[in-house]
Amino acid sequence: MDFATLLQILDSTVRLGTPLLLACLAGLFSERAGVFDIGLEGKMLMAAFCAGAVAAVTGSPWAGLLAGVAGSVALGMVHALASISFRGNQLISGVAINFLASGLTVLLGQNLFHLGGRTPSLMKEGRFQPITLPGAETLREVPVIGPVYADLISGHSILVYLAFALVPLSWWVLARTRFGLRLRAVGENPAAVDTAGISVARMRYLALTITGVLCGLAGAYLAIALSAGFVKEMTAGRGYIALAALIFAKWRPVPALGATMLFGLLEAVSNRYQNLDLGGVVIPVQAMQALPYVLTVIILAGFVGKAIPPRAGGEPYVKER
Amino acid sequence: MTLMKHLLGATAALALGAGMAAADPALIYDLGGKFDKSFNEAAYNGAQRWVAETGGSYKELEMQSEAQREQALRRLAETGANPIVMTGFAFGNVLDTVAPDYPDTKFAIIDAVVDQPNVRSVVFQEEQGSYLVGMMAAMASKTGTVGFVGGMDIPLIRKFACGYTQGVKAANPDARVIVNMTGTTPAAWADPVKGSELAMAQIAQGADVIYAAAGSTGLGVLQAAADGGILSIGVDSNQNHLHPGQVLTSMIKRVDNSVYGAFMAGADMETGINVMDLAKQGVGYALDDNNADLVTPEMKAAVDAAAAAIVAGEIKVHDYMTDNTCPVN
Repeated sequence: MDFATLLQILDSTVRLGTPLLLACLAGLFSERAGVFDIGLEGKMLMAAFCAGAVAAVTGSPWAGLLAGVAGSVALGMVHALASISFRGNQLISGVAINFLASGLTVLLGQNLFHLGGRTPSLMKEGRFQPITLPGAETLREVPVIGPVYADLISGHSILVYLAFALVPLSWWVLARTRFGLRLRAVGENPAAVDTAGISVARMRYLALTITGVLCGLAGAYLAIALSAGFVKEMTAGRGYIALAALIFAKWRPVPALGATMLFGLLEAVSNRYQNLDLGGVVIPVQAMQALPYVLTVIILAGFVGKAIPPRAGGEPYVKER
Repeated sequence: MTLMKHLLGATAALALGAGMAAADPALIYDLGGKFDKSFNEAAYNGAQRWVAETGGSYKELEMQSEAQREQALRRLAETGANPIVMTGFAFGNVLDTVAPDYPDTKFAIIDAVVDQPNVRSVVFQEEQGSYLVGMMAAMASKTGTVGFVGGMDIPLIRKFACGYTQGVKAANPDARVIVNMTGTTPAAWADPVKGSELAMAQIAQGADVIYAAAGSTGLGVLQAAADGGILSIGVDSNQNHLHPGQVLTSMIKRVDNSVYGAFMAGADMETGINVMDLAKQGVGYALDDNNADLVTPEMKAAVDAAAAAIVAGEIKVHDYMTDNTCPVN
């Protein structure tokens, strides 16, 4: 494998890892606040649909992005209402969100556009275009650093840079701000937070709003940056992979970056080398495509060490009397 | 429970009675969805043509999950629909068990062979059409490397790939063909993001014409090819209009003609195996305003000559599904 090929694979890794990263950070905020969220997939799907639909109608990716975030937050609030206010089972509510999104997107899409649940293909102006960072072309000639900068770091859509910037930001918010401390406390020991006079429900609603926004970015990235419009079930299980990455990362932002990029890398490698020839032994395409999932099982079963979820995760908070 | 059974029985009987009076044909779409711009949409277009010409009406149903197949078939059969046309190889096993229970109903299945007295099995010789577009790909390619992106990794899609590869090699024996499959589950038919990544990986490896046979995943392939400034080849329906001037051609599979034919024949439809090949114009390549500038006269002459030779039996295109191997790769 030469250097250029390596760069192409890493470039693909960044594109494929970004939606996972955004969804993973989304899950992180919600689960750190003590609300399990397996509805990431559904929220991403809804966001992808809203983004695709609005971008197709208005022709503006920014309007699409806003709509995607709004759609995702709306579903997030359904989850919040069911699991925080009505103290329902968080897993069941999450599953319901996934089913709801799966059906609703196609139904709305069919009624609005009559394309069988797809949204119309977007023109160039309706999508987030790759951004060429300043100096990318002049630096290209510099050995090693030049191609890395020009091919790998430059040339992604704005949402990719935003996603990477959100990693240190999430760390800072969670670890260094009063809001973050309270959010983590709500996930570990809500009774203590309540005793301190802070509303547990309010904190959890805020956390789920952040989750909704991040899922919205992930879905919009899929529909109006990577693709040119929404196609039914286009998230293809990425929300679940993000959940696995979240456990792998032990609910921490910086390891989340590593975990999601690892999954992105595995997918990129399996896309590039469909029949990997290891000096005589050919690994068939089916094995390559199963690799991300096999690795998930192996990692989660042994290599990750002890992954301890937030202690109050999954339990609705009931005020003591 | 007993009451429920009686009620159900009564409704079924009623429905049967109502159905006898007006035997509307029915059409079932596979998981890709009715408007996939490709395979299922071709079936839909065929049915619509029948409606336009006869003024009749038909029942339609779109699959949402694997588990629905048998139920859907039985429900349509019990409402008296005749004939019932279904698109997709995945109905094969289910139809084999359902068909004997409704001996008076005619079924037609596209892309699979079901050996029952009341079933018409329509199979296409996609390898022939793919061979033709493969020749065009090789002639349009400047790098000598062309790509193929398949949907779910099944023998049917390997058949497309194998015919394509044979065509490429026929036009340019030194050409390299990169064959990629999107996945091994039905989700592979609807993952445009992965489709576009696969296309980008192929572009990076030098491919400058990519043939997509992957349902709506193919939309991502065509998009990535258009973004990357290379040519693509559509499948099943004419997809040339999706990116005018950037889709070299489309391998057309006349699913619409099969559906139209079955609907026209109505309840008297002949059963048995119906092979749609180049000679019967069941497969072919698309030429219209959108790709007129891309297809050179030499290309057209070469492809038409090859088509004539295939029809005459002078060129034999190997069918992957006969022995699950491909002579070239």
